[in-house]
Amino acid sequence: MTFFLSRLLRQPAGLAGSLMLAAVLLLALCAHWLYPGDPWAMVADPNLPPWSPGYPFGTDMLGRDVAAGVAHGARVSLLIGFVATAVAVIMGTALGAVAGYHGGWIDDLLMRFTEISQTIPGFLLALLMVAIFGPSLYSIVGAISVISWPSVARLVRAEFLSLRTRDFVKAAVLGGQTDLRIVFRQILPNTLSPIVVAASLMMATAILLESAISFLGLGDRRLISWGFMIGAGRTTLLQSWWLSAIPGVAIFVTVLGLNLLGDGLSDVLDPKLRRER
Amino acid sequence: MDRLLFFARRCLKAVLVILFVIAINFALIRAAPGDPATILAGEAGAVDAGFVERIRKEYGLDKPVPVQLLTYMKQLLTFELGNSYRENRPVKEIVLEKLPATLLLTLTAFVFSVIVGVGLGIAAARRSGSVTDTLITAGSLVFFAMPLFWIGLLAIVLFSMKLGWLPPYGMSTVGADLTGWQAWMDVAKHLLMPAITLGLFYVAIYTRVTRAAALEVMDQDFVKTARAKGVPDGRVWRHHILRNSVLPVITFISLQAGHILGGSVLIETVFAWPGIGRLAFDALFQRDYNLLLAVFFVSSVMVVIFNLVADLLYSLADPRIELQS
Repeated sequence: MTFFLSRLLRQPAGLAGSLMLAAVLLLALCAHWLYPGDPWAMVADPNLPPWSPGYPFGTDMLGRDVAAGVAHGARVSLLIGFVATAVAVIMGTALGAVAGYHGGWIDDLLMRFTEISQTIPGFLLALLMVAIFGPSLYSIVGAISVISWPSVARLVRAEFLSLRTRDFVKAAVLGGQTDLRIVFRQILPNTLSPIVVAASLMMATAILLESAISFLGLGDRRLISWGFMIGAGRTTLLQSWWLSAIPGVAIFVTVLGLNLLGDGLSDVLDPKLRRER
Repeated sequence: MDRLLFFARRCLKAVLVILFVIAINFALIRAAPGDPATILAGEAGAVDAGFVERIRKEYGLDKPVPVQLLTYMKQLLTFELGNSYRENRPVKEIVLEKLPATLLLTLTAFVFSVIVGVGLGIAAARRSGSVTDTLITAGSLVFFAMPLFWIGLLAIVLFSMKLGWLPPYGMSTVGADLTGWQAWMDVAKHLLMPAITLGLFYVAIYTRVTRAAALEVMDQDFVKTARAKGVPDGRVWRHHILRNSVLPVITFISLQAGHILGGSVLIETVFAWPGIGRLAFDALFQRDYNLLLAVFFVSSVMVVIFNLVADLLYSLADPRIELQS
């Protein structure tokens, strides 16, 4: 573990990505302590410009502290990004594993299903789902995972297909191990590296998707989020453009951090693995 | 014969995608909390009980679920998309009216992103390790991590509000009453910012893909042979490396078609571009689900058609594809 971390941090991409993410994570963890109370509360005069005393990012048209919104928004973005990715990875891995391990008509059926799911306009489907089920943390996480799993399924299936024919798996079969045991003990551990790399890149996309959904006004109304702040700032874009600009920088840093970390991880975990998208 | 079989298979897949989309629409209507008829009726159901009743009849919602699905499929396959209660006219009419604007926007963004992305990718690979390469690679990382709608807002602030170069909203100047060439130029001016904003994300992707592909192709034997034969450098790049580096980009393009339509919802909302993306946004807020479902359906059909065309072009460009599929 220490060896792995030191290799990751010795790389420019891995180091920069880890630092960016660590900063965002720290902000999310300290949000309650830095800005206690409700980020929706009006705390000062409206429309204070950035660098006002006590309000480094200024305030919005209702006098809410933008810095408090950015800090609390970090929790929402990271939470939704992480959970949606986890759900998508589990769905994709399960499907890809069954397809790749079983092969034959089941593989055919599942892969056609995966391809079809990948073809349809995902973002529109996500919007439809959130609109129909009502905007909430659950519907947003559900919608993002439903449109994200296919790439993991394809990746895992390809890994399973190639690993299935390897000698150590044949040995396990001859040794009388059950299918479940072979999948979980022999093959799955060997597919973890590409899955981890794909997951970090997928989390970046999930955060972008969440911000877009919230920007369009479909976010969970109880939670402040970066996308929502950008959307709300639109109405006063001419007078106070920073209301939209600042939360966008937060999204940018987080997504860039995750992408860089993904690049770094892919080099450390598997030098042969070329970045696939 | 091979090509015919290949194409028949692709057509079959296209039909499957469309049936799948219809099934999703149907499942969403059924799974939504509350009565499916009220979902289809939108807010109008609350004021007009007779309207809900009519919808129930029209979609056969009083019959068993499999019959309902078949009725719904028949309706969508004949493009009977129902009515929009808000505008009180057929959804089909509204969508068809807005479709050209979206096609103009997405196709422009698409052409822009392919040309610039492939160009930058090749330029970076050609001077791999140089300052140019570093700048292009860093730039593509940056644009890959920015939310489209945010770039759009910043572009409006900079190019419309501060510099006054380009119009911030809409597709044409309201009340200008231009004709002929001037009208075209007016639309082009309005198109520039939304199309480039929408395209930037894909420029970033295509740059990365092309650069990686070109670096791989560069090392292959046929390139070395060409160089050993004394083929000039420019020709090697144009005829040997570029052609082979573009193939993975084409594979990406068919995956991106649905993605770019999703992006156009955001871009059309930011720039008030009067297409089906903007229509979807309005439908969201008026809770006009029937219209929203129709936009999803029509977008999927467009993606399917686009992919069929791309497949055909691909099979012409690279005959090997038939052996692989």
